Amino acid sequence: MLKLRDGIIELYRKVATSLPPDVEDALKSAFAVEKDSSTAKHALQVILENVHLARDTARPICQDTGVPVFYVKNPRGLSYLELEKTIIEATRVATERIPLRPNAVDIITDKNSGDNTGIGFPIIYFKETTETTLTIDLILKGSGCENMGQTYKLPVGELKANRDIDGVRRCALDAVYKAQGRGCPPYTIGIGVGAAKDQVAKLAKEQLLRKLHDTNEIQILKDLEKRLVEEINSLGIGPLGFGGMKTALGVKIGVNHRHPASYFVDISISCWANRRGRLIW
Amino acid sequence: MVEERFKVQGSLLGSPRRVRLSADESPEATRFKGRKEKTINLPLTKKDALSLKVGDMVLINGLLVTGRDKLHKFLVNEKPQKRDIPFNLDGTVLYHCGPIVIPPHPPLEKGGRGDFRVIAAGPTTSVRVEMYEHEVISKYGLRGIMGKGGMGQSALDAMKENACVYLHTIGGAAVYLADRIKNVVDVWKLEEFGTTEAMWLLEVENFPAIVTMDAHGKSMHKKIEKKSLANFKRLIK
Repeated sequence: MLKLRDGIIELYRKVATSLPPDVEDALKSAFAVEKDSSTAKHALQVILENVHLARDTARPICQDTGVPVFYVKNPRGLSYLELEKTIIEATRVATERIPLRPNAVDIITDKNSGDNTGIGFPIIYFKETTETTLTIDLILKGSGCENMGQTYKLPVGELKANRDIDGVRRCALDAVYKAQGRGCPPYTIGIGVGAAKDQVAKLAKEQLLRKLHDTNEIQILKDLEKRLVEEINSLGIGPLGFGGMKTALGVKIGVNHRHPASYFVDISISCWANRRGRLIW
Repeated sequence: MVEERFKVQGSLLGSPRRVRLSADESPEATRFKGRKEKTINLPLTKKDALSLKVGDMVLINGLLVTGRDKLHKFLVNEKPQKRDIPFNLDGTVLYHCGPIVIPPHPPLEKGGRGDFRVIAAGPTTSVRVEMYEHEVISKYGLRGIMGKGGMGQSALDAMKENACVYLHTIGGAAVYLADRIKNVVDVWKLEEFGTTEAMWLLEVENFPAIVTMDAHGKSMHKKIEKKSLANFKRLIK
């Protein structure tokens, strides 16, 4: 699995050092709409130059190269254990070679492992596919924005958030209002709705893999995604919290069935540097 | 090394190029047109700090230090005196930053020294150290705290009491900002805290930031939070 390992190292390099084209385009559009000589416009100018410079010099866009999250779709017969081993080995090499910032800290000893591997680190999700190709998606999610995420158990009285789609909208607005500029907006926001805490948290983050121009297949969710982008932008938090027009680049919603007694909503917030990439093998 | 068999979509395969700033990427060329920046030289005097107002765009020159979660916890729990810290913090800026640093070759223990290279050095979220910052600002003579996202009332109070400002730099712009670090001068607590959490003494040139909390009790973050609260309430009424 040495060749696959090298492929995963390249995936790390690509995701850490270059922004997906749809995200970069959205930032350029944001720059265009912000008021001339505003602090927000200035911030976006530096951000865009940084993106360019990072790609040209193959250095990480942000010093927080985050928690790596892998979504693996593996064809039948390919061993999970082998894949996991390969990903972990690739993580070690990528950390040294690119380099990434070592971010895996032991809860008990407070020691940093130094190579981005540890208990449950990186995060890897497997799903078997009937296809013949192996697909590996990777997100590098910085913790400034990860810390801004919230999980809601509906109903929530103070938000007048009932167990319905409008309740989901209220939760998303609340999470972004509370985040203010602390998680590096303009944000991409993933929302997961369903039966259990662990399930919605995973679902919400998975939404960050969707391209910004990708619209929801379910009409009511498609409408809500659009409405939320507009409403979040009307909050006035703006790029990096400096005030302005663009607080969100996109909102993506995923749903699962729920238990009659539960209605969980998870909001996963990504900073402007929504670093994602795909390896097909 | 990379076989045809697989592909990284939109790939950037190939070895990284060496870092060189071309003339058109120099700080001067990328300076923002339309608003005037103030150039500030560290260390700042009390008068300098008092002259800075919310909304000022600044370019910082001189020596500053980094420090984040572990350092703040250490300063407040262990209470080292100024003389116990190898760098002079009077009038300088404490930057909330955990950089990516390439260590020297050969390594320190084999005699390497002064050859660290910072390749990415954007700000981290400042509010995480809110509970420590009042004491840190009051005790160590700092004139600036730099990071992202702003800080709360207790830090704002400390800034007013001690003539200190909050400098908001550009979150995520790690490469752009690293290129404004001219020199890694020294490091403290590297062994104990690791590269991310150590206190780095860095020489910066034209390092950009915006004053978002000043020494007169004003905060841009408070203002924007208030405005966004009104909008939020309208949306959920």
